Amino acid sequence: MSTGRVWKYGDNVNTDVIFPGRYTYALMPLEEMARHAMEDLDPEFAKSVKSGDVIVAGKNFGCGSSREQAAACLRAAGVKAVVAKSFARIYFRNAINLGLAVLQCDEAADSLASGDEIDVDFSAGTITSGNRTFKFFPLPESVIGIVQAGGLIEYTKKKLGL
Amino acid sequence: MGQTFSEKILGRKAGRVVRAGEVVTISPDYCLSHDNSAAIIGEFKKIGVPQVKAPEKIIIILDHIVPAADEKYAQNHKTIREFVREQNLPHFFDIQHGVCHQVLPESGLALPGKVIVGSDSHTTTYGAFGAFAAGIGRTEAASIWATDEIWLRVPETLRVEFHGRFPEGVFAKDAVLKLIGDQGADRGNYEAIEFAGPAAGEFSLSSRMTLANMAAEMGAKNGYFEPDALTIAWVKARTLQEFEVVLSDPGATYEAVLSYDLSKLEPQIACPHTVDNVKPVSAVAGKPVQQVLIGTCTNGRLEDLEIAARILKGRKVHPQTRALVFPASRVVFLEALRKGTIEILSEAGCVIMNPGCGPCLGAHEGLLAAGETVVSTSNRNFRGRMGNRDSEIYLASPATAAATALEGKITDPRTRL
Ligand code: SF4
Repeated sequence: MSTGRVWKYGDNVNTDVIFPGRYTYALMPLEEMARHAMEDLDPEFAKSVKSGDVIVAGKNFGCGSSREQAAACLRAAGVKAVVAKSFARIYFRNAINLGLAVLQCDEAADSLASGDEIDVDFSAGTITSGNRTFKFFPLPESVIGIVQAGGLIEYTKKKLGL
Repeated sequence: MGQTFSEKILGRKAGRVVRAGEVVTISPDYCLSHDNSAAIIGEFKKIGVPQVKAPEKIIIILDHIVPAADEKYAQNHKTIREFVREQNLPHFFDIQHGVCHQVLPESGLALPGKVIVGSDSHTTTYGAFGAFAAGIGRTEAASIWATDEIWLRVPETLRVEFHGRFPEGVFAKDAVLKLIGDQGADRGNYEAIEFAGPAAGEFSLSSRMTLANMAAEMGAKNGYFEPDALTIAWVKARTLQEFEVVLSDPGATYEAVLSYDLSKLEPQIACPHTVDNVKPVSAVAGKPVQQVLIGTCTNGRLEDLEIAARILKGRKVHPQTRALVFPASRVVFLEALRKGTIEILSEAGCVIMNPGCGPCLGAHEGLLAAGETVVSTSNRNFRGRMGNRDSEIYLASPATAAATALEGKITDPRTRL
């Protein structure tokens, strides 16, 4: 299994700082969206994020507008999962339906720090970092399937054999 | 460990014991959409299946921009009607019926224990009948059409207990505005809100619908009232379908329990431009108002029109104010017509409009000009919601709206009863 690094943020990371409002009406390809990810919160992020990295945050991640790009840009940037204490409702649904894993885990959110090595085992429902292991509610097969297929429409197509 | 009604309903659907925070994949009982069905049809076509999986579960109600305000909406409606015919969808309600959240329960489709999802944020309304009812996105609705499945996160539950009796001139709308004002618009994020306590059972079903409807304005996934004899009699009068009453266990785990004494409440009003910017009506009384809107899925039912008629009977709407009345449905309209309520409102100078959403979402039928102020019985007052960014929307009860129409300025209804 591949491990990634933790990018740690606080509470109430809103969709405006994840994907700035000034770009929402510009139709842009995914790679370009990835270049603006977290732009207004952490300019370093888009430059150095690597595939397999994980965002760890506090409460209410993804609050604010319902823009779907805020989930799509992180996935496009290679983020393997977002681990937080809680997610704004619409963000949580958008994320999964667009293929981004969102995991709720208080302990991991409290204990992990930026730069920690991290790995997520979706089917076991565990997050490991060194010798620390945290449990989150394992996502059901179907939801993991949506994330792995890259989103709900692709997942549904695949499921129906189309 | 006791379970909440959400854990129980979703657990039954999933076929195992579940608890808050888990994600389940289930087959919902109904999937609602409205004029946005045109967009859902587009997503559905992308998936590429020829037929919807469970036509009997799809409910489509045209209500948002009815009758069509322009060519574009007319085309959308046409696309939807063709799809309904082609797919043989039995639960289709064309433009004459009214607002979806009123029509669906009136048609005997909002039943205790059912899981109802809808591509509209105020789908929470059916919690008034003890259903698990939540808003979803358009892509998700398309996927349900294709697969008859959806994933849902089992919500934590916030319990709100009501005690005491409403004083004269104070209503369910005031209670829910007070709650949102005190707690903030994201207090119930992703949660179920269970409305309980000794006073909850005394609320009429219309009032319960007002509260469950506005649970969405606290960020909640769903609202809930425990079904009682009133609920059962109401739904049995509208359907022969079987249903199962699901109650929270006595030892259920709540995220928090809040308590409100209704007897201490005074009329409330949400001021521009957020629903949680709530003040007592007395604090903003006297502000001139150019338009009053009585209606919508929040407060367009018979009891709402009746309280407005009580205030306006034999009097006239202020000459500098326009009062628009949108009965929530054709059924409500007919009842109000037969009881003479419509006559009273019309004689007072109200404009009686067709059942539907009207200007609530800012598309047509009574939009505002820059600098105008409206007092509306609806549920959202975001900037520009009723058509103009430079207008101001205040949200209040039908009584406050009617008293305001009479005076031409924001008025505490207790002085007018
Ligand atoms: S009346 Fe307003 S809030 Fe209710 S469904 Fe229609 S547009 Fe939405």
